Amino acid sequence: MSTSNNILIIDDEPQICKLLQIALESNHYKITIANTAQDGIIKAANHPPDLILLDLGLPDKNGQDVLVELREWYKSPVIILSVQKDEENIVRALDSGATDYLTKPFRTGELLARIRSALRNAVLEKNEPVIIFQNLQVDLINRIVKKNKEILKLTSTEFNLLSLLVNNEGKVLTHQYLLKEIWGPTYIHESQYLRVFIGQLRKKIEDDYNVPKHIITESGVGYRFIGN
Amino acid sequence: MNNFSLYKLSNQKQYLISITTVILTASVCYLFSDFIGYRNIALILLFVVSILATFMNVFPLLLSAILSALIWDYFFIPPKFRFHVESAEDVLMLVMYFVVAFVNAILTNRIRKAEKEANEKDEKEKIIKLYNTLLNSLSHELRTPIATIIGATDTLQENEEMLDTNSKKILVSEISTASLRLNQQVENLLNMSRLESGFLQLHKDWCDVNELIYKVVNEVHSTSVKRNFNIQIIESLPYFKLDFGIMEQILYNLLINAVAYTPDNSTIHIKVSRFDAGEISLMEPDNAKTKLVIVIRDEGNGFPQEEMNKVFDKFYRIHTHKTGGTGLGLSIVKGFVEAHGGTIRLKNSSVGGAEFTIAIPTETNYMNALKNE
Repeated sequence: MSTSNNILIIDDEPQICKLLQIALESNHYKITIANTAQDGIIKAANHPPDLILLDLGLPDKNGQDVLVELREWYKSPVIILSVQKDEENIVRALDSGATDYLTKPFRTGELLARIRSALRNAVLEKNEPVIIFQNLQVDLINRIVKKNKEILKLTSTEFNLLSLLVNNEGKVLTHQYLLKEIWGPTYIHESQYLRVFIGQLRKKIEDDYNVPKHIITESGVGYRFIGN
Repeated sequence: MNNFSLYKLSNQKQYLISITTVILTASVCYLFSDFIGYRNIALILLFVVSILATFMNVFPLLLSAILSALIWDYFFIPPKFRFHVESAEDVLMLVMYFVVAFVNAILTNRIRKAEKEANEKDEKEKIIKLYNTLLNSLSHELRTPIATIIGATDTLQENEEMLDTNSKKILVSEISTASLRLNQQVENLLNMSRLESGFLQLHKDWCDVNELIYKVVNEVHSTSVKRNFNIQIIESLPYFKLDFGIMEQILYNLLINAVAYTPDNSTIHIKVSRFDAGEISLMEPDNAKTKLVIVIRDEGNGFPQEEMNKVFDKFYRIHTHKTGGTGLGLSIVKGFVEAHGGTIRLKNSSVGGAEFTIAIPTETNYMNALKNE
């Protein structure tokens, strides 16, 4: 094991904290626990962790506000753990800079996968010119995408969309964010464009268009690119 | 005349009706007073008041009783056109008339009140019965998984050294299944209360129905691999404006229901099409006449004919079936479909099995049919 990552858990439920501690420590992460928003912010400032797990239902402060406050200076991943599963809350947290969002109850395997992906993205140098996922090869500089070593014909919008997704591998990108980045701020409600291009991209890069393994739908929220 | 529904009329109208009826009757009687005899007229008036009593409230009725007594006295009892009554017999008649009309009015009113109370009691009993069903169903559906979890954890804690690895594995997997089941029940309850509270707000957005169907099918497929899914989606299906998350729940509940009531290795058929009610008129450019139609058919035994109407009721479960569930799944489906302004129908398919048909009227967008760039 290389140097283990520090994770700060900000959650007021002792049971959840204990559970997370055992699950994460057995996967070689170092854990710090804060039971209040205030404590969490202080601990994050004193010893900036590599990743923060933040609960939205804290006793002293709304988790959404804590997130905004943290994001003023904290650049590493923040994963939200919340019982609120309505899309509005999820989109709001993601728009405020959350790296990812998991609703309780969640599976431990899922949490570990999201943590790994968030940490990997945080250290990944984005100037890596060619990214390879299984049978898919994305050359960001020469704008070439290969599937099973064969060059795929992508339109420029398709390529822009794919490279945005690939650059944020593992992270949920909201509909509004994707529309704004690819088509511009006046298009943030024109979700039909996104549907068209996601559909076309899937047809080209997925093995089975109907069982996508790379571009995953996050219902009512956005899309997530999964590499492996 | 449908007099008997008149008691639903406003008080004002009731007063008007009682006054005009009494005056009208009295006028007719007055024309024939020479032939009838004034004591008989009292009976006729009393008859009219009794008729009024069957559908009027107490105060308009009392008014008609008093009015008819005064009219009888003034216009009919000799000496006419005076309230003065001469013969002792007539005084007795007048008093008796008053009393009979009053008692009539009050008694009828009391009967009606009793009727209303009985109805309310019936209603209350129905609610209590529903509540009991809820409690029974809930306590069973929630306590069974809780009991499993407590039992399994106790066993793991107390007999740790006596259990072999395999037994431990079984217990842990039981805990896992039970908690997932518990989670599903809580999910259903939360959805139900969202529907009941009227808090449900749809977030409609353009949906690729193909994406929607396959997402749910892939999810169900990953939990119950022993079913085949036959999916037919017509080509050139437009995008529909729907709440993706809610639609997912609708389809998920229907598919899980189909899985629960069908044998292993059977096929669940899903057919998606579009329904256009006539030409799309230029007056309605939003073409809300287009409906998304989803038909889900299974290869089970179908539903017993006499239970068809009840399956969407809250807490209803097919009597002959032992599969768990709070009986909330299908009523949530119905609520969610109706929140979209749509309809859901159930019939037994001609080739056997249950067939659910959802039709949701919504805006469409043919952007996906255009060739890009």
